[in-house]
Amino acid sequence: MPSSDYDPASLPDLLPLYYRRLFPFSQYYRWLSYGGVQKNYFQNREFSFTLKDDIYVRYQSFSTQNELEKEMQKMNPYKIDVGAVYSHRPSQHNTVKSGTFQALEKELVFDIDMTDYDDVRSCCSAADICSKCWTLMTIAIHILDRALRDDFGFQHRLWVYSGRRGVHCWVCDEAARKLSVAARSAVTEYLSLVKGGDETVKKVVLTEPIHPFISNSLDVVKEYFTQYALHDQDLMGSKESVEKVLALVPEDARSYLQQEFEKEKKPEKRWKLITTEAKRKQVGNFAHSFYIVLHIRTEGLVVLQSVSLKSTAKKGQYFEKEIMLQYCYPRLDANVSKGVNHLLKSPFSVHPKTGRISVPIDVSELDKFDPFSVPTISLICEELDRPRPGEEKEKLGDGKEKEDEKDAIEKRKIRDYKRTSLAKYIKYFDQFLDGMARSWKAERLRKSDLQKEF
Amino acid sequence: MQFGGRRKKNSINPQSELYGQHLQFYGQPPLENISLSEFETFAVERLKLLKTVENLGVSHVKLTDLYISKLEKELKALNFPYRPDAVSIVDFDALELKKDHISHFILRLAYCQTEDLRRWFIQQEVDLFRFRFNDLDPKQQLEFLHKNNLRYDTISSEEKLKLKDQLINSSFGVSGITVMEHEFYKVPFQDALDLVRLRKVYLKQGYAYIPHQDIVTIVLNDFRTRLSKALALTARSLPAVHSDERLQPLLNHLSHAYVGQDYSIQKNVGKISLDQIDSLSGKSFPLCMRQLHQSLRENHHLRHGGRMQYGLFLKGIGLSLEQALQFWKMEFIRGKVDADKFDKAYAYSIRHMFGKEGKRTDYTPYSCMKVILSNPPSQGDHHGCPFRHSDPELLKQKLQVYKVSPSGINQILELVKGMHYQLACQKYFELTHNIEDSSFSLNHPNQYFLESQKLLGGGKDIKREMDAPQRSQENAASKGSTATQEVAANTSQHLAEMTEDLDSFFQDA
Repeated sequence: MPSSDYDPASLPDLLPLYYRRLFPFSQYYRWLSYGGVQKNYFQNREFSFTLKDDIYVRYQSFSTQNELEKEMQKMNPYKIDVGAVYSHRPSQHNTVKSGTFQALEKELVFDIDMTDYDDVRSCCSAADICSKCWTLMTIAIHILDRALRDDFGFQHRLWVYSGRRGVHCWVCDEAARKLSVAARSAVTEYLSLVKGGDETVKKVVLTEPIHPFISNSLDVVKEYFTQYALHDQDLMGSKESVEKVLALVPEDARSYLQQEFEKEKKPEKRWKLITTEAKRKQVGNFAHSFYIVLHIRTEGLVVLQSVSLKSTAKKGQYFEKEIMLQYCYPRLDANVSKGVNHLLKSPFSVHPKTGRISVPIDVSELDKFDPFSVPTISLICEELDRPRPGEEKEKLGDGKEKEDEKDAIEKRKIRDYKRTSLAKYIKYFDQFLDGMARSWKAERLRKSDLQKEF
Repeated sequence: MQFGGRRKKNSINPQSELYGQHLQFYGQPPLENISLSEFETFAVERLKLLKTVENLGVSHVKLTDLYISKLEKELKALNFPYRPDAVSIVDFDALELKKDHISHFILRLAYCQTEDLRRWFIQQEVDLFRFRFNDLDPKQQLEFLHKNNLRYDTISSEEKLKLKDQLINSSFGVSGITVMEHEFYKVPFQDALDLVRLRKVYLKQGYAYIPHQDIVTIVLNDFRTRLSKALALTARSLPAVHSDERLQPLLNHLSHAYVGQDYSIQKNVGKISLDQIDSLSGKSFPLCMRQLHQSLRENHHLRHGGRMQYGLFLKGIGLSLEQALQFWKMEFIRGKVDADKFDKAYAYSIRHMFGKEGKRTDYTPYSCMKVILSNPPSQGDHHGCPFRHSDPELLKQKLQVYKVSPSGINQILELVKGMHYQLACQKYFELTHNIEDSSFSLNHPNQYFLESQKLLGGGKDIKREMDAPQRSQENAASKGSTATQEVAANTSQHLAEMTEDLDSFFQDA
């Protein structure tokens, strides 16, 4: 589906339409109320709006869905951010005794931004993305989603396209929302493998033993590596790129590989040389340490020195894995995840520069997701006015004219987004909410049972 | 906790059945009456125990055989619960258990007031807890965890077999044999954050699978957190406690107490001459006193805090009152103070230090703990502990001026970063005396001086002086607190001496 040409200058005209007829308020409210299990959960949630001319307002909060709608339709925010659930209504935070106004809960969130990969992608840089480097996001989502589900046991994970160059994850489980700052920080550290800034050449260092999390992540990377790295990014093609890769190889193997690369030019073969060399080192170290142990046994001596010899020899042997991870493993913005009160762009928010809507990503169809076919606000507004094939205009009868008209407008509103490309994303969001609703129901029952006991 | 009258209640109470083991999280405060004398004895003895824990902790690696045997000895000596062959709770003396319980809570009152005190108290209690937990066998440890609502469960052998490879590859030092032979615990990941953060544990469905050796770390962190929260709560209810006049003085004693040698008896009075002080300050003074001496020489003045800390130290190393008066006067006259003014304003306070004025208490020189914890220096002051109170950059410069090697400076700074101020001073001792290992555990600036003199060829006099137990001879005809009088009246001589030390110590604050 072609996206209508989007012009940022048209936002002031499009936003009112979007907020009046397309933004999925009832689903949004359903999400943030979390089944009404906790009192005032929606009312104590902070929102922030970026208005026209970059005016930024924080500590927005609303009592009802209706109030939220009215405010958004009045202010027509360019950007919407969602923050934490506080101890009091954020809009009243100034009236609260200092020190008692606190952020209590929030979803565990992750933000992955393509610019953080600039040192390892050759097709684009900065805010640009293309279908070649988008694979990095696909890999990131596969790896992180698996870990959040299998390692941490989180069931309700919502992945959202940020609108331009990245993805966000909202982990909505009750346990996730209640995590402390220390816990969020620990989870983030657990999920971080790529460390270091511009001055660091080697950003991934693996030591023995390889933790199951790393092995599982590598399995994902391996699935995509040939197509993505060797072909799309031409890792082993250009001289510049090859040099960068060889900088990550231990010195003793580097010169050998450089020589071999003079003869071998095919990318897949070159990569095979690298992996073979790495395996050789790994086996060699094992044999070496094995020898040491044997030696001690026959002598009948226990020498602690040799143990440490063993472990230093084992560093640097996993360089083929380290290269794969440095080029493909997800890079998280730790600050986003660690704070309970951090504000993050809301799902279904518009990206002012691209016009694209921040839509949820169906993880079961992840490999088919194309950021360039995500609807823009101009497209969906245009789709609104297009009559659907076979649709008839509503007939207004006599008598209850006004009521019927109002009724019809309501009904039309509900169906409005369904006429646009936004429909399938909202449907997916509904399914996500249905999944959570089952646990809300159980929680509500549990709570009412407890109350009955007293 | 009810503070009863002076009647002793010696009931071997049914509460001892509430104690599952000799180890506890101290979640419930004790609910019984004790006498004031018991109140003091318990508190002072636990303080001694914790000081031993502290000393052993800095001079030995924790949980080695030597550490364990020394700590056992102390527990026995102070009548705290310890039985190496204990199988069940009935092996323990109910009185000892009660004492352990109550004394912990009393010390909470004394140590909740400042950040430094809390930190010290928590550190020693955690170390004591670690020692006791380590003492239990695995079955008892699991029992303890469950009794305390820690949702840790061991995993079955079948599960271990299924997860064997993942477990081997997740935890440090775990081999196939370890997995099958040792217990593994399944713990919600939120309770094992340190292991999760470093990816040193296997995670599955939100649970961390922890080998037995690591469970101790987690339990300790749990204990530490609980105690920290409890102290914060205790601090809030302190005003109510302080309004009880019987308790306030003792609680204050306890938080400043130094139980041990106080260097108040100078057997070598007059053996040091004034012209030796300059060279001694470079050779045998700890850094704090060296710094004070240098400031005094440079500025011909010291403020009150510095005069007290340095003046009492000088008394401790053997200056007589006459020498002290001469020393200070000579220096102050070089500055802005003339002879008359000195006699009027400063001489009095020096005589006061020697117990010749006012209450005539013979003040004791400050211990390291007192220097580190009380009266932090402000702008224009030079007292305090340089390892605690100096900015690390300035400390580094000072050490460079005093010709400490760069590697030595780094070692010292590392210790300072870890808040081991006395160890840092000990390292300074080792570096300036060119020895590998100081054989003492530094507690007191005068101890530093004596050890230094011993090393540099002091001789028999000094050794004899250090071994003899020291008690202050000149007792204050002090109005003191009623508490100390009562104590002196109805308990042993030993205790009386001890609390009098505390009393005089308190009074010079």
